[in-house]
Amino acid sequence: MILIVAEHLDGKLSKSTYEMVQAARELKREAPVSLLVLGSGVASVASEAAKLCDQVLVADLSALAQYDAELWSAAVAQIAYEGEASLVLIGGSRSGREYSPRVAVKLDIPLLEDVVSLTDVDGGIEAERYTFLARVTERVRTEAPLVVVSIKPGAYTPAAPLAQNAEEFDVELALPERRVEVTGRESAKTERVSLSEADVVVAGGRGVGSAESFTKIVEGLADQLGAAVGATRAVVDAGWRPYAEQVGQTGKTVQPKVYWAIGISGAVQHLSGMGKSKVIIAINKDAEAPIFKIADYGIVGDVKEIVPAIIEKLRSK
Amino acid sequence: MKILAVVRQVPDAEENVRIIEGRVDLASSKLVLDTMDEYGIEEALRLRERTSEVEIVALAVGSARSEEALRTALALGSDRAILVESSEPLDVIAVSSIVAQVAQSESVNLIFCGGQQADWDSQALGAAVAERLKWPQATWVTSLTVDGDRISGKHDVDEGTETFALSLPAVITTQQGLNEPRYPTLPNIMKARKKELTRKKLIEFGTSPRVTPVGSSIQIKERLRKMLDGKDAPAAAGQLVDLLRSEARVIA
Ligand SMILES: Cc1cc2nc3c(=O)[nH]c(=O)nc-3n(C[C@H](O)[C@H](O)[C@H](O)COP(=O)(O)OP(=O)(O)OC[C@H]3O[C@@H](n4cnc5c(N)ncnc54)[C@H](O)[C@@H]3O)c2cc1C
Ligand SMILES: Nc1ncnc2c1ncn2[C@@H]1O[C@H](COP(=O)(O)O)[C@@H](O)[C@H]1O
Repeated sequence: MILIVAEHLDGKLSKSTYEMVQAARELKREAPVSLLVLGSGVASVASEAAKLCDQVLVADLSALAQYDAELWSAAVAQIAYEGEASLVLIGGSRSGREYSPRVAVKLDIPLLEDVVSLTDVDGGIEAERYTFLARVTERVRTEAPLVVVSIKPGAYTPAAPLAQNAEEFDVELALPERRVEVTGRESAKTERVSLSEADVVVAGGRGVGSAESFTKIVEGLADQLGAAVGATRAVVDAGWRPYAEQVGQTGKTVQPKVYWAIGISGAVQHLSGMGKSKVIIAINKDAEAPIFKIADYGIVGDVKEIVPAIIEKLRSK
Repeated sequence: MKILAVVRQVPDAEENVRIIEGRVDLASSKLVLDTMDEYGIEEALRLRERTSEVEIVALAVGSARSEEALRTALALGSDRAILVESSEPLDVIAVSSIVAQVAQSESVNLIFCGGQQADWDSQALGAAVAERLKWPQATWVTSLTVDGDRISGKHDVDEGTETFALSLPAVITTQQGLNEPRYPTLPNIMKARKKELTRKKLIEFGTSPRVTPVGSSIQIKERLRKMLDGKDAPAAAGQLVDLLRSEARVIA
């Protein structure tokens, strides 16, 4: 079987789960596709998953109410082993990239990390992934009979639901004790579409000037376009925006249809998180800013004048 | 307390990357200690400044040029260094076996490792090492307090941040925000040349990669690079919106 670990939030499957299902389908293997749902109170997630695959495996346990790398990797390794999986797909989210190596070590199998394409080749599997701060595309290959793969969010188009509902099975897990105690959390949830799933991202940098100005300019344009909001590290460090909005090497990787870079210089660490966007629009007062090198459309000017004018123009359509 | 700081020598972020015959060629690239690893060295140094009895061992697994990263780690204040030299590309799961073996033979109880390495863009090393040692880990840590064998801190998670607590031994992966790394001073760079650097051979660790590179390429997406002058803001905004509607077709 191909085992896919479902990513979900607030009782719904994440877009990344649909993308992983697509990755599995494109391999065109005979093997059934199983979705593993881990969590607590996940009945709605499981029934949504049933529309996507051949079999849903559910572990609905209070012990799984909160993600933990050791618990998740133990659960996934056990199910992959018992189900004689030939491939394990895990989301390339921060958590997925944290527990997938543990699964690989537990099962003594190779890890293909954050892959953007996966193909069966004679006697093995080949994958493409980005390296050198996403400047290089590397092709790697492994011959192992079982491989764990994390799939980069946004790399695949989301799979369409099937006509038939798959059967759901409860699984029994032998879980270890939780050793990392979570003592507090700050979630940065907004009413907006989530950054990693958005088709349009409006991101602001230090050039926006202040937190207040960010709300007015960047959020203003995002509201107008129904877009998600992103930020540079400089903006997050300055405390203008929450970390969850950071795009780049140490933040989120996004690959939207349209990326607006407002007052962003275009440092390599930022580019590595957004450089694969389909259309890039940049507004910066410095004509030499590196962001213009990768922009499709650029305006050299003051964001405080240009962006309100764009919002105005969009409104008066 | 004995700390293992894992370091890596990577191309400077501003360096252009070249590919020769399907492989990234770094022969003429400027390489530096990965910034992500600097935070681990710095945090180890600060722990030693606060507590006595802290020994810091820097470890690099990689090409002969990794010695430069170790010399920097020593100049910054690490006590000793170990280089496991490998001319072959190793995958991250293979490297984790080497790191775990060194951690065991050195009897360390805290490992620092960069959150992501700027060459292979992997985030897996810290967690893979933790699993091999059966230790807990915290990744993407931005603040850290060590009190006896209890560690608490703050780190980044999928949606936001969390504070956490765990007991040593453990693996911590580091990133920007954890601290402000210091620079090596000239006298310390000189002194570092005399510090102990042990070389070990890959063969001593009995590990081999199971993921093989097939080829690398640089695909730079052609960008339109249409530039508009924004001196007249309403005019520029109008032009842009028109282009996005009729040419790019990304707004209705
Ligand atoms: C290990 C490491 C990891 C990192 N990870 C990330 C990451 O994940 N994400 C990230 O973003 N960065 C990251 N960085 C930081 C990165 O190197 C840059 O410092 C950061 O991206 C700069 O953010 P910025 O573009 O907002 O600010 P700046 O570089 O200060 O750029 C501001 C821009 O705004 C323009 N500007 C100013 N005023 C105006 C105005 N009124 N109108 C129009 N334009 C104006 C300026 O011309 C300038 O180009 C990382 C760095 C390191 C070392
Ligand atoms: N079209 C592009 N898409 C993504 N990144 C790019 C593009 N063009 C250049 N870059 C990156 O932008 C930085 C500066 O590029 P340059 O100075 O043009 O070589 C380098 O890190 C390049 O890899």
